[in-house]
Amino acid sequence: MTNRTVILTRELTRRFGDTLAVDHLSLQVYSGEVFGFLGHNGAGKTTTVRLLNGVLEPTEGAAEVLDLSPQSDGPALRRRTGVLTETPSLDERLTGRDNLSIYADLYGVPEESVSKRVAKYLDLFELTERADDKVGEYSRGMKQRLALARALLHEPEIIFLDEPTSGLDPVTTRQVHRMIHQMSEEGRTVFLCTHNLIEAQSLCDRVAVLEKGRLIALGTPADLARKMVHGQRLRLEVAPESRDAAVSTLQSGFGADKISQENDGLILQGADREIIPDLIAGLVAAGVRIYEVTPQEPSLEDVYFALHGRREVPA
Amino acid sequence: MNRRAISAVIRKDLKVVLGSKGILMPLIIVPVVIFVALPALASLAPGVVNIPGANLSDIGSFIARMPAGLQAQLAGYDEVQQIIILMLVYVLAPMYLIVPLMVASVIAADSFAGEKERKTLEALLYTPTSDQELFFAKVLSAWLPAMGVALGGFVLYAIVANLAAWPVMGRIFFPNLMWILLVIWVAPAVAGLGLGTMVLVSSRVSGFQEAYQLGGAIVIPIVVLVIGQATGVMYFSAGLVALLGLVIWAVDAVILWFGIKVFQRGELIVRI
Repeated sequence: MTNRTVILTRELTRRFGDTLAVDHLSLQVYSGEVFGFLGHNGAGKTTTVRLLNGVLEPTEGAAEVLDLSPQSDGPALRRRTGVLTETPSLDERLTGRDNLSIYADLYGVPEESVSKRVAKYLDLFELTERADDKVGEYSRGMKQRLALARALLHEPEIIFLDEPTSGLDPVTTRQVHRMIHQMSEEGRTVFLCTHNLIEAQSLCDRVAVLEKGRLIALGTPADLARKMVHGQRLRLEVAPESRDAAVSTLQSGFGADKISQENDGLILQGADREIIPDLIAGLVAAGVRIYEVTPQEPSLEDVYFALHGRREVPA
Repeated sequence: MNRRAISAVIRKDLKVVLGSKGILMPLIIVPVVIFVALPALASLAPGVVNIPGANLSDIGSFIARMPAGLQAQLAGYDEVQQIIILMLVYVLAPMYLIVPLMVASVIAADSFAGEKERKTLEALLYTPTSDQELFFAKVLSAWLPAMGVALGGFVLYAIVANLAAWPVMGRIFFPNLMWILLVIWVAPAVAGLGLGTMVLVSSRVSGFQEAYQLGGAIVIPIVVLVIGQATGVMYFSAGLVALLGLVIWAVDAVILWFGIKVFQRGELIVRI
């Protein structure tokens, strides 16, 4: 990641009738970073991607992407960006190879290298064997890989991924995550729209959280966790016969509202690692047999729920 | 204009059409009927007039009800030759126009509304093509095959018509000036009319079938021409055909002007 700004929005706004899809959005994305764009369905993520690629015009505000205006330099900009749309958007009556070679022409891949480039990306996404089958016969995971190959075919500087792992099996999801890591290592900027918080936590350098088109948080996952969720939590695993004694000891020391159960463990909210020695001493004195005490950092999921006031559970 | 991108869109749309039997079949069957089966029937004409009880004076009185210009064109031929010329040169002339109209309409409906239905339009809108290039490419992807089929069909029709009528006519009698005008002046305009109508209709509907059903109404003027010519209400003279072409080109210009207005990325993407 460098300090070069590749995406800059100033009060970017888009209305559809009375609905504010994107509400005065101001942010910067730096070259080479994996930038997470989080929000519920309908939060304005896809509309923002459309605005940043010059496919949709803003109602107010402005954006600059790769020092170009999406509004006035749309074709030149789109030559340098790649977009994986939420649905694969592939021509199912065509073969995988045809899908790629047609888009190679559309994106201006040098004519002499089209067939090599297509073969390279088919190979990279493990689609070579089925390259000459019609896409309608592909599995969902294969279609998603082909769509990703198409988005990367012209080797864009910024890649926008709109829910790239939605509905995929774990194996394909892992392949997609590997690709995102690889793109980042190659110095490309990845703009990742997702409502998968675990994915965002593991992949993103920084995240922006959007609610009803409005930016409500921006920073690294760790920064946001520190700002938004106060105190760590501890996870304790104790012998089953000691569980009642452990719960009553913890409740008397920290209050009943701080204790919860999670699978086989007990969770103590709002406690940091400094109290662990005293905690263990107290529990041992109460005759509790302790197997494990683990401090847990607040996750992006905790941040997200804190931001949304636990009003809704994200899908 | 980015020619490479335009030809890529055309290639894509044509491959997509060729990949659908449901769309391809009518594009084959209708031209075969109009360009081969109907003119081939001319070979049956001598047999028809020799059927016992057939009254040649009926044919004479039928031709007598035709416009004077047409009667002048038929003067000097015997009754069987008159039937052949009447059918192959005049009655089937407006029917020929159905082919470019239908081919352009079907492909345009698949290209514009079908692309929305298949959810493939969004990826296309993210490519570095301009709105004008995309529109131009999509128009050509419907217009070029329509003209290919119309021109190829015309050649086929000419061969079948002359072969089928040879025993009666004894010479190459087809095409005449009116047909040449029909092919090079009116058919391209009619193809434009079909696809222009589909561009407008497709912007308001969500799928191929809906577009094709609504846009199908554009065939009504052609049917009126067929009936008008068959009943003798009008006569497809070279002058009338030239005028007809002019009117259709003018309508095309208006429809395509509206089509360009409608075909804007920002409008299309919100309707996906």
